[in-house]
Amino acid sequence: MGNASALEPRARGEPAVIRPAARTQTGGRVWAAAERAGDRALRLYAALIYVFLFAPIVIVVIFSFNAGRSASEMTGFSTRWFATAAADPFVLRALRTSLFIAATSAVLATIGGTLSALAMPLLGGRLRNIFEQLTYVAIIVPGIVIGIATLIFLVTLFGWLNGWLAFLFPADPPKLGLGAPSIIAAHTLFTMALVNVLVRTRMRSMDRTLTEASEDLYATPWRTFVEITVPQLLPAIIAGSLLAFTFSFDDFIVAFFTSGQDQTLPIFLFSSIRRGVTPEVNAIAAALLAITISLLLVAGLLLRGRGRGPRATSMPGAPTGDALPGDAAPVEP
Amino acid sequence: MSAWTGRLARRRRAGGRQGVLALLLLPAAAWYLVFLLAPLVVLAVVSFGVRAPNGGYIPGLSLDQYLGLSTRLTAVANTLALGFLGTVGCLLVAYPLAYVLATRGGSWKTVLMAFIVIPLWTSFLIRTYAWMFILGSNGIPRLLGQLGFGEIQLLNTPFAVVLGIVYNYLPLMALPIYVSLERLDRSLLEASRDLGAGSLATFRQVTLPLSAPGVISGCLLVFIPVMGEYLIPVLLGGGKTYFLGNALADLFLQSRNWPFGSALATSFVVVMVIVVGIYSWATRRLSSPGREGSLL
Repeated sequence: MGNASALEPRARGEPAVIRPAARTQTGGRVWAAAERAGDRALRLYAALIYVFLFAPIVIVVIFSFNAGRSASEMTGFSTRWFATAAADPFVLRALRTSLFIAATSAVLATIGGTLSALAMPLLGGRLRNIFEQLTYVAIIVPGIVIGIATLIFLVTLFGWLNGWLAFLFPADPPKLGLGAPSIIAAHTLFTMALVNVLVRTRMRSMDRTLTEASEDLYATPWRTFVEITVPQLLPAIIAGSLLAFTFSFDDFIVAFFTSGQDQTLPIFLFSSIRRGVTPEVNAIAAALLAITISLLLVAGLLLRGRGRGPRATSMPGAPTGDALPGDAAPVEP
Repeated sequence: MSAWTGRLARRRRAGGRQGVLALLLLPAAAWYLVFLLAPLVVLAVVSFGVRAPNGGYIPGLSLDQYLGLSTRLTAVANTLALGFLGTVGCLLVAYPLAYVLATRGGSWKTVLMAFIVIPLWTSFLIRTYAWMFILGSNGIPRLLGQLGFGEIQLLNTPFAVVLGIVYNYLPLMALPIYVSLERLDRSLLEASRDLGAGSLATFRQVTLPLSAPGVISGCLLVFIPVMGEYLIPVLLGGGKTYFLGNALADLFLQSRNWPFGSALATSFVVVMVIVVGIYSWATRRLSSPGREGSLL
């Protein structure tokens, strides 16, 4: 199919192998024409799917520049709704909470995910297997289950701890409750597993000869690690942290269950949408999209860059060569 | 003596290595233990308990909650029916797409595929919200009205829910299919051609069967999260099409019936584990030894 050059000699009618009876000169030509038409139809179809995928996003962005009060009728171009959103104290507070949660989760995920990825190849078979399985489980369990399980686990735990705190500090007992930290904890489960998978994928595609050369030149293991391994892993690590940030910043469902009184931007957006669609909602959505997509493009470039061969060019969630459970499955935020 | 010190040094080095290993694994291991395994265990424990009058939970060992699950059959039936339709829709839309990219993508393949994946990483909430816009009374129904069609309601219908599923989960279906098609051995296609098979016959007898693992993992990747879907039914189904995810949100956040909610969530997890278990068992049996065909 795609490999036309390999097939060409046959198509030109060289007496190659057994020719099927149907493929006479004219029959072949009709067939080729039909195939070309089919080919064109397939390409057109793919183009339409890209429109289908991106049109809704583009429409939200266009309407965020609406001048009028109506959310769904375009009456002119203006950036006033961005100004309105930027002046809304609730929006700003939610934005600050979201940024704090996403940044903390990204840092924790990068540390935990990278360190465990480095350690895993050195583990014994059984232990490594368990660790791998847990990583995949962390990735494929739907967000709603993680949210609910974390909710009742933390509420039960806090209830118990608060009893002790009240006993220890009878005068003014500190009270533990759900909030930004519990969202961070729940997000970091997914993001840490994600960084782990990305770093391990890069490790597998790494150029071993460089490490060997470094060892042959009498570098200490530490020096080999710092000067050879780390620079090769760095793009995957940075990309992983960006994706972790993006996931946490955009997540609604996990935060919905574990947020307590704290409001993240997606939760704010959700309650605004339920109250009614306004141009301000569109402006916030457009701003969120802009942040996410720019981070994604950087992450994508980092994951592609410096890769050798198709194995190294992996987009997040794109299962590469030896696809494994979870490589494929950044299950929906 | 020297042999002994040598062994000691080696052992100390090995011990140090073990220590470093443990330290490297500590954060991730702690997270898996405290925020994955422990919560799931608590979820299961609570599901055997009884609801306290004020909405809390009294420890117990009863199966009442599980027996009561039959009262949520509508939600389960809705989830299964619409989830099934959504998954099939995803498959029908995604397969030709993955096929075009894998066979005709050329050197742009990876970039084109990356653009399929990008929406997956943008806000799920905003992507779903966008369809409220498009399907709402000022969107497509109005266009259709101007074209002479009568009043058509699209938003807040089961159709909108299925469309939302197809739109949001398309990348998760396209990815594994693309990978299985991309890895397909070209020489098999040439062999099929040399043996006289036309394009269609080659597709049906070679390409399609060999991409089956991708199709199956795609279906799982879509169907599992769809079962727990909350946002799509709320925003596009108008709350009329009630999903498992909505039932769960209601039980935990509104009516605060934790034991019952836990029983529902635990059953969901168990069904999920069984399905994934069957899948990985089947792929391990089907794929020849030494070749990792598994995608999930």
